Amino acid sequence: MVKQNANWSPYDNNGGTCVAIAGSDYCVIAADTRMSTGYSILSRDYSKIHKLADKAVLSSSGFQADVKALQKVLKSRHLIYQHQHNKQMSCPAMAQLLSNTLYFKRFFPYYAFNVLGGLDEEGKGCVFTYDAVGSYEKVGYSAQGSGSTLIMPFLDNQLKSPSPLLLPAQDSNTPLSEAEAVDLVKTVFASATERDIYTGDSLEIMVLKADGVKTELMALRKD
Amino acid sequence: MFRNQYDTDVTTWSPTGRLFQVEYAMEAVKQGSAAIGLRSRTHVVLACVNKAQSELSSHQRKIFKVDDHIGVAIAGLTADGRVLSRYMRSESINHAFTYESPLPVGRLVVHLADKAQVCTQRSWKRPYGVGLLVGGLDESGAHLYYNCPSGNYFEYQAFAIGSRSQAAKTYLERRFESFGDSSKEDLIKDAILAVRETLQGETLKSSLCTVAVLGVGEPFNFLDQETIQKVIDTFEKVAEEEEGEGGEGEAEAAAAPPAAEQGDQDVAPMEM
Repeated sequence: MVKQNANWSPYDNNGGTCVAIAGSDYCVIAADTRMSTGYSILSRDYSKIHKLADKAVLSSSGFQADVKALQKVLKSRHLIYQHQHNKQMSCPAMAQLLSNTLYFKRFFPYYAFNVLGGLDEEGKGCVFTYDAVGSYEKVGYSAQGSGSTLIMPFLDNQLKSPSPLLLPAQDSNTPLSEAEAVDLVKTVFASATERDIYTGDSLEIMVLKADGVKTELMALRKD
Repeated sequence: MFRNQYDTDVTTWSPTGRLFQVEYAMEAVKQGSAAIGLRSRTHVVLACVNKAQSELSSHQRKIFKVDDHIGVAIAGLTADGRVLSRYMRSESINHAFTYESPLPVGRLVVHLADKAQVCTQRSWKRPYGVGLLVGGLDESGAHLYYNCPSGNYFEYQAFAIGSRSQAAKTYLERRFESFGDSSKEDLIKDAILAVRETLQGETLKSSLCTVAVLGVGEPFNFLDQETIQKVIDTFEKVAEEEEGEGGEGEAEAAAAPPAAEQGDQDVAPMEM
């Protein structure tokens, strides 16, 4: 009996791309709605964005079964927090919780590539980007998932602050308005859809502000 | 009930078939400040008297949210009540996690009762010294249960526990048949009136009581002091009004302008 190599994997990649951009008093979280496996499409309108708390929204690409399980765990933990503290979790608190939850499964990870967006305690937009085992960083913008390699360099070009070492000195970026950020998101997804086969169908954009959240749906190429 | 040789631990029966430690635990419930619960077909109202250790301290919390669709009011050892509330919250969260649906309140009270029973049959434990009025929803509507330290539970249309609860129970016994179809507002009014009965003479103020409501389509929430005071005003003012003007709204409106005119002559009258 020849030892067979494992041809069963506990993981699958359902594709898709997630992006988030932080503004001065808003946060834009966007993801495409295509769910795939291999070269097949499972769904054209599957939402990868999930609101965890009033001021914290999670968007995850990767293995959606693990993403769903992760969302359930975070939702239960948030309920416990609310019972104990009589208030909702802040975005930075949720960011730390997500990191701890991911690392808890360091040796059988959640196959989830997360971007957490929301408003911090001062009301400013914040974005946290993660790897599968919980390493995270607070950033001004991020992209994760199958189209991230196409989108991230473009976001760097448009949003990254110029280095303070440059000569002649360039001033830092003017703050991005909400409309500009939403427009940028639409542009990057339209471009990523062109070349990434796992990204497309439609784009779900969630804008989180102090007074609430607005969701918008934009059509993307379906091929 | 006096001291006897069968009351030292909970695992000793008396010759007459009683477990005295359990009965003493039920006494602890009677010593706590009053808690009241009533239900209609669609709503449950929980109310309690705020008792503070001294004038310097704040009052203890006696009503807890277990989930959006379940709340609990306690009387007795509030520390035991707090711990049991945490257990109920945990059960509710675990059920929702596994079954993606809210825990029916009827199941929760059985878990609670079984937990209480354990403490009546272990020599190294003592019974919980707290009575719980659990109000919640399941598929058939709103329910109110009472869980005792003995491990028994009963369903009620309305009930009161704690000190001077008999006065509230008498009031509720007179009125309970109409509760089933009561509106939420009427239910709240009856709850606050029942609380008033337990105060026996002391003036009812909104700072003295805490009221919480939950119902079909309405998640568990506490009423704020203003709302409670408004309800109190409707029946306190009706009692003061000499001419029966009929209708609580009119009584409230009639009472307001005289106060305004007396208070501040420069301010334009509110009623034309």
